[in-house]
Amino acid sequence: MGVTSRQRSYWRKNQRVIAGLLAIWFVITFVVSYFARELSFNFFGWPFSFWMGAQGALLVYGAIIWWYARYMDKLDAQYEMQVDDD
Amino acid sequence: MVDRAGPLAADTAHAQAAFKRDVDRVFLRFVAGFLAFVLLLAGLEQMGLPRHWVGSIFLLATMGLYATIGILSRTHDAVEYYVAGRRVPAIYNGMATGADWMSAASFIGLGGTLYITGYGGLAFIMGWTGGYCLVALFLAPYLRKFGQFTVPDFLGERYGGNLPRLVGIGAAILCSFTYVVAQISGVGLITSHLTGVQFELGIFLGLGGILVCSFLGGMRAVTWTQVAQYVILIVAYLVPVVWLSVKQTGIPVPQLVYGYQLQKVTALEGQLQEDPAERAVRAVFQQRSDDLARKLADPATALAAERVAAKLRLDRLKAVGGSGSAADVAAAEKALSALPADVETAREIWVRAKAAADTKSLALNGMAPHAQAFSGDPSGSAAAQDSYDIARRNFLALIFCLMVGTAALPHILMRYYTVPSVREARASVSWSLLFIFLLYFTAPALAVLVKFEIFTLVVGTPFDQLPEWITSWSKVDPSLLSVTDVNKDGILQLNEMSISGDIVVLAMPEIGGMPYVVSGLVAAGGLAAALSTADGLLLTVANALSHDLYYKMIDPNASTARRVALSKMLLLVVALAASYVASQRPADILFLVSAAFSFAGAAFFPALVLGIFWRRATGVAASLGMVAGLCTTAFYMVTTQPWLRGIFGVTAPVQLWWDIQPISAGLFGVPVGFAVIVLVSLVTRRPEPRIDQLVTFIRYPGDRGD
Repeated sequence: MGVTSRQRSYWRKNQRVIAGLLAIWFVITFVVSYFARELSFNFFGWPFSFWMGAQGALLVYGAIIWWYARYMDKLDAQYEMQVDDD
Repeated sequence: MVDRAGPLAADTAHAQAAFKRDVDRVFLRFVAGFLAFVLLLAGLEQMGLPRHWVGSIFLLATMGLYATIGILSRTHDAVEYYVAGRRVPAIYNGMATGADWMSAASFIGLGGTLYITGYGGLAFIMGWTGGYCLVALFLAPYLRKFGQFTVPDFLGERYGGNLPRLVGIGAAILCSFTYVVAQISGVGLITSHLTGVQFELGIFLGLGGILVCSFLGGMRAVTWTQVAQYVILIVAYLVPVVWLSVKQTGIPVPQLVYGYQLQKVTALEGQLQEDPAERAVRAVFQQRSDDLARKLADPATALAAERVAAKLRLDRLKAVGGSGSAADVAAAEKALSALPADVETAREIWVRAKAAADTKSLALNGMAPHAQAFSGDPSGSAAAQDSYDIARRNFLALIFCLMVGTAALPHILMRYYTVPSVREARASVSWSLLFIFLLYFTAPALAVLVKFEIFTLVVGTPFDQLPEWITSWSKVDPSLLSVTDVNKDGILQLNEMSISGDIVVLAMPEIGGMPYVVSGLVAAGGLAAALSTADGLLLTVANALSHDLYYKMIDPNASTARRVALSKMLLLVVALAASYVASQRPADILFLVSAAFSFAGAAFFPALVLGIFWRRATGVAASLGMVAGLCTTAFYMVTTQPWLRGIFGVTAPVQLWWDIQPISAGLFGVPVGFAVIVLVSLVTRRPEPRIDQLVTFIRYPGDRGD
C-alpha cells in the first residue's frame, strides 16, 4: 500500500506545524535563558527571566501542546483521518 | 495491527462515555472523602491526639487505600494488565501520568533545590515540563497509533529483528531500575521519619504498598492508584504553601504574589551580605579554611603536632592542681581519640572540612542571590566572566538533558498506550501537563516563601529561643540540619545554620508554625509521589522482561495467562532487588535520578524520533545508535562523576568537556545517537517495504494498515 497524495499533504502540514512549534519552544527555552541576565527587568515583582523560568515558559509549553492537539484534530477531520480506533 | 473500528465504534464511544461518568462519580466521592479525613484528623489533633499517632494514621490510611484499589482492580487479562484496557479517559490518564511523573525528587527534592540554588534550580522546572512538548509533538500520538504494549515493542517492530528490541530492553531496564532505587530510598526516608521505624524496615513497608497494587492489577491497578495518589500529593503540596502565603501576604494564591516576596528576599539578602555579625561569622570560617589549608600543605607534620598538642592539653588538665573539671578532662580525652588515625584519613577529613568551611565563608551561606541568573559577572574580572559563562552553559545543558530524558523515559511513554485513541493521546498530554503544572508552579513559590520565613523569623533569633523544629530535626540527623554559635554572640546568623535541601519541604509546615496534621499530610504526599513513580517504573521493568524478552523473543507461543503470571513474578523479583540496592544506601540519590534521564534520552530519543519521522532509518543503525548514545553518556559519567569514579576505580584526572557537569552527560550522548543512526542508515540497505508500511500506518490516524 503506497502513500496517497492526500496522506502526503497531511503529513507535510503536520511537519510544518511541528517545526514552527518547535522553534517557539526553542526560543522560549534556550534563547530566553541564554539572555537571562540581560532580561531581568521588573515584571510584576519578579525579574522577568526568573518569571519566565518559573511560570512563563510553562504557560507557553502548555499553549504549544494544547494548540497542537486542537490543530491536529481539525486536520484529521479535514483529511478524514479520524477513526474511533481502540 | 489491532485496530477495531467501524460498526462497533458507536457502541464503544457510548460505553466509553458511560464508563467515564462512573469514574467521575467515584472520583468526586474519593476527593470529598479524603478532605473529610484530613479535617477529621485536624480536629482530633486539636482534641489532643498525640503527634506520632497522626503520622501513623496518615501512613496506614493512605497505604490501605492504595492496597484496596489494587485488590479491587486485580486482573489476569493481558490488555487490562499491560495497558489498563486502553479505555482510561484522557483527564484521568493525565492525572496518572502526573503522579507517575512527579517522583520523590519532584515532591521532596525540588523545593529544597530551589531554596538553595534560586534561579539555577529553575532548570529542573523548565526541563521537567518542556520535555512534554517533545512528547506531544514527536511521540505520544504515534506510539498510541502503533498500539502495542511497550517501548521495546516499538523498536522491535519498526526496526525489524531482535537486536534493536534487545538493546531497547537493556536500556529500559537500566534507566528504570536506576530510577526506582531512588524512589524506594525516598519511601524508606519518609516512612522512617513518619513512624520512627528504621530506614531499612521503612523500605520494606513501602515495598508492601507498591507490590499489593502493581502485583495484583498491573497497569489497571497502577493507573487508578496513581489517580488517587495524584490527588493526595497535590493537596499535600498546596496546603502548606497556601498557608504560608496567607500568613505572609494575606493572599491565598502564592503563585501570583510571590514575586513581591522575592523582592523582599532580595532586599534582605543585601542586608545579610553587609551585616557585621554575618561578616564576623564568615571571617571565622575563612580562618578555619586558612588553617586547614596550612595543615593540608604538610598533613603528616600537622597531624603529629595536633596529637602532641592534644596530649599536652589533657596532661595539663589531669595534673594535680590543674584547673580542669571532670567534664573538661572527658572532652579533652574525646578530642584526642577523635584525631584521625593516619595521614591519609586526616587528609581526606581535612579536604572535606575545608570545602565545607569555604562554602560557609561565602555570603548567604554559599547560596547564590535568589533572583540572580547565573553566578559570576559578564562584565567583571576574567574569572568572574568565566564563571558566568560556565554557569550559563551548564544551566542550558541541564535543561536540554532533562527535556530529552522526559521525552524518552519508558514508564512515561508507556502511559500513552493506555488511552482509547490517537486523539485522546494528544489531549492526554495537555491534561498531564496541566496537572504537573500545579506542582511546578508552586515549587518556586514555596522556596521563596520559606526563605522569607527563615530570613525574617529564624535568622537573628537568640539561641535560647530558637523554634522547636530546629532542635527536633537536628536530633533526627545533624547532617540534615545543624546550628552552632560560631561567633559566640548568642544570636543565630544565617551562616551558622546548615540546612539540607531534602528537608525543606518536609519541614516546611513546622517552619511556618502549622499544626502537625499538615506535616503528616506533607509526608503522606511525599509517600504518594514516591510510590506512584515506583509503581510505574517497576511495571516497566517487569514488562520489558516478561513481554519483550520472554514472549516476543523466547517463547512467542506463551499463553496470555502465563505471560501475566510471569510478569507478576518478575515484578516481585525486581522490587526485591531494587529494595536491596536501596537498603545499601547508594551514595548519591539525586545523581541516580538525573543519570536515568541522561541514559533514557541518549538511548531512546534518537531511535524513537527517527523511527517515526525518517523512513530511511535502519535497524542496524538504530541498534548502533542506541548503544553509542548510551556508551558516550556512561563514559562521560564514569570518568567525571566522583561517586562513579570511586566505584569504577577511575584515577585519571577529571577531564570535563567544555566544563559540562556529569549530571548533563546526555548532552553528548543524544547528538552522538542521532549522528550514528543517520550515518549508519545511509550506508546500510533501505528498510523492507513491510517497515515502510508500518511507518505509514503509524503516521496517519485513520490508516488501517492493511
